[in-house]
Amino acid sequence: MKPVVTILTAILTIGISTTAQAFCGFYVAKADTSLFNRASQVVLVRDGKRTVLTMANDFQGDVQDFAVVVPVPTFIERGQINVGDKAVIEHLDAYTSPRLVEYFDPDPCMVRRRLEMSQDMAALPSSKAAMEREARSQGVTIEASYTVGEYDILILSAEESDGLIRWLNDNGYRVPRGADRVVGSYLKQDMRFFVAKVNLEEQKKSGYTYLRPLQVAYESSKFMLPIRLGTLNAKQQQDLYVYALTRTGRVETTNYRTVKLPSNMEVPAFVKTDFADFYRDMFARQTAVENNRGVFLEYAWDMSWCDPCAADPLSARELRSLGVFWVADKPNQRKISPQGAQNVFVTRLHVRYDREHFPEDLVFQETGDRQNFQGRYVIRHPWKGEASCDVSAYYDEVRKRQEREAQQLASLTGWDIENIRARMNLPGNSRPEEKPTPWWARLWD
Amino acid sequence: MDIRARLQDPRYYQIAVLGTLVAYGVLALDFGIRPENAIVIVIVALLVQFAGTKAAGLPRFDPLSPLITSLSLTLLLRTDLVAVAALAALIAISSKFLVRVRSKHVFNPANVAIVTLMLSSDHAWVSSGQWGGAAIGAFAIACLGFIVLTRAKRAETTVGFLGFYALLLFGRALWLGDPLSIPMHQLQNGALLVFAFFMISDPKTTPDSAAGRVVYSMLVASLAFAIQFVLYRPHGPILALVATAPLVPMIDYLFQGTLYRWNHYVSDCPSSHPSQQIKGVY
Repeated sequence: MKPVVTILTAILTIGISTTAQAFCGFYVAKADTSLFNRASQVVLVRDGKRTVLTMANDFQGDVQDFAVVVPVPTFIERGQINVGDKAVIEHLDAYTSPRLVEYFDPDPCMVRRRLEMSQDMAALPSSKAAMEREARSQGVTIEASYTVGEYDILILSAEESDGLIRWLNDNGYRVPRGADRVVGSYLKQDMRFFVAKVNLEEQKKSGYTYLRPLQVAYESSKFMLPIRLGTLNAKQQQDLYVYALTRTGRVETTNYRTVKLPSNMEVPAFVKTDFADFYRDMFARQTAVENNRGVFLEYAWDMSWCDPCAADPLSARELRSLGVFWVADKPNQRKISPQGAQNVFVTRLHVRYDREHFPEDLVFQETGDRQNFQGRYVIRHPWKGEASCDVSAYYDEVRKRQEREAQQLASLTGWDIENIRARMNLPGNSRPEEKPTPWWARLWD
Repeated sequence: MDIRARLQDPRYYQIAVLGTLVAYGVLALDFGIRPENAIVIVIVALLVQFAGTKAAGLPRFDPLSPLITSLSLTLLLRTDLVAVAALAALIAISSKFLVRVRSKHVFNPANVAIVTLMLSSDHAWVSSGQWGGAAIGAFAIACLGFIVLTRAKRAETTVGFLGFYALLLFGRALWLGDPLSIPMHQLQNGALLVFAFFMISDPKTTPDSAAGRVVYSMLVASLAFAIQFVLYRPHGPILALVATAPLVPMIDYLFQGTLYRWNHYVSDCPSSHPSQQIKGVY
């Protein structure tokens, strides 16, 4: 069986279920990347021209079928490649996930409506020599070959795209149709190709049952992610998560519109059990609103804290493992903030792309914006206790609020408003149904 | 100047278009424009213009140019500090009074302010990708309206720049074997249109002769393209305009003969010639 070439970015999933209690509301659920099929995750560490790219994948098939071909802007030496830790990316995913928080209304008789807290806080072919000879005859130069962890890695350059395509095909890589034009375009832009396959022996020795993320460090003016090869044979849209770790501030795309995901919305209580569906449908709806051309900002935060926390901030050690080279590794070198690293700003971008709407590779820039942003959705439970005073005004308020929540949910997700109302048991809640008070009832009180 | 003559001043149209864009950007597109920055920019720009008018002994305080500069700054410059916004307005307007060659200011005010701050501070940046497709379509029509309104006088810079830049983008795509949807996508950029219609078109900082303007616009387009696709740096056009601005006096010198004949040719309709009205203004 021929290996499947998973072009560019890979994939990840299964979030860890850390539950953290937070100041102001309780964190109850998060929408991590496991909700989406065909989702790739990439961590981009960038400072000046220095870049560290980590590609996670959740390749499910036989590992001997796995291969990845990634265009890279420079030649890559052995020391620039590393095999990372999947758990760190899972942690980063959990930390940056859109979150659901819930509040419980206080006793309306005891407290006269306390205002809501501010929402702002917001297997390579046989002989190496033979392979090289064959490569040269097709105009392909194997600039280097390394074995790193469980991967065999080649750095390829070529004079012509068809030579490279033929070589990849001859060597068991199944390259999508139409790839020659894209490969040719990258070659003319002086890009190399980073090809990785699983070395079965090394994989057995390593003891890992899954594929660990591949990391590449390089220095280049190009702050971009090549997505074009991945769109060639994809029939459907694909999801890509980019976690950018920078020193200065938020990262955005310069050639596509970066949009904040609607956030800080109050939603009905039943969303708690359906949070995955809610987030999936809301994301689909929002991409449609942006005509399938938007890049969505899901999280932008200083890495030293969070509120509410979907997971703890990453430790300095974890950040260094992702390539954040400006963070001191030894904990005793850091004087402030024991739980998080300083000077690291994380941006989580979520893009659903296909060839039609994303013809160009994603190009990024770092901005000076350090304003915190998170995808946060709020459930507010009405007071259910015994009432020791007249609470009709409170219940009127609750009913209005729930109707607002129903409408909000319908507009966010495109769900049918009648179904939402039915699931919320609107009108009314735990309180028995009452006739509406006539307008004159309290006229002469 | 009577009201009719005043309304023929294309700067009113510019202010209307730019103002609509700012409003649309704030209300519908979430451009990241901070209202406090916009207010501070307008106030500082008007104050500096007023002070400059007094200091240079000009007969009349003219609020239109600083307003256009303020709107361009608001549309293009992003910053998280109000002080940086104020500084941008200060640099922009004072550059008009301080950096002058042969009675023309050298730099486009908004342009020089944005580039100075972008290169010297982490707190200033340009968000060139923040325009939706619908916004670009409507904006493109407004821009074309501007050309029609000004009867394409002085439009050589805009048309020359956009045409030559498009040519380079399509040429690159053909050379790379890329689909033409890529250069099309690259041209559908709101910041590029703001630049082409409201920045490089500034009659005060472009060459006096039509030939000079065409040469100049091609120079800016080539450098912008090189910055963007050879050096792989963002914001090529904005950087290219600042870098080439000092060449304008030289181009004016080289194309002097042409200048005389061209001005003579258009002199029979001076009141409709926007440059004639704008020239007396800082």
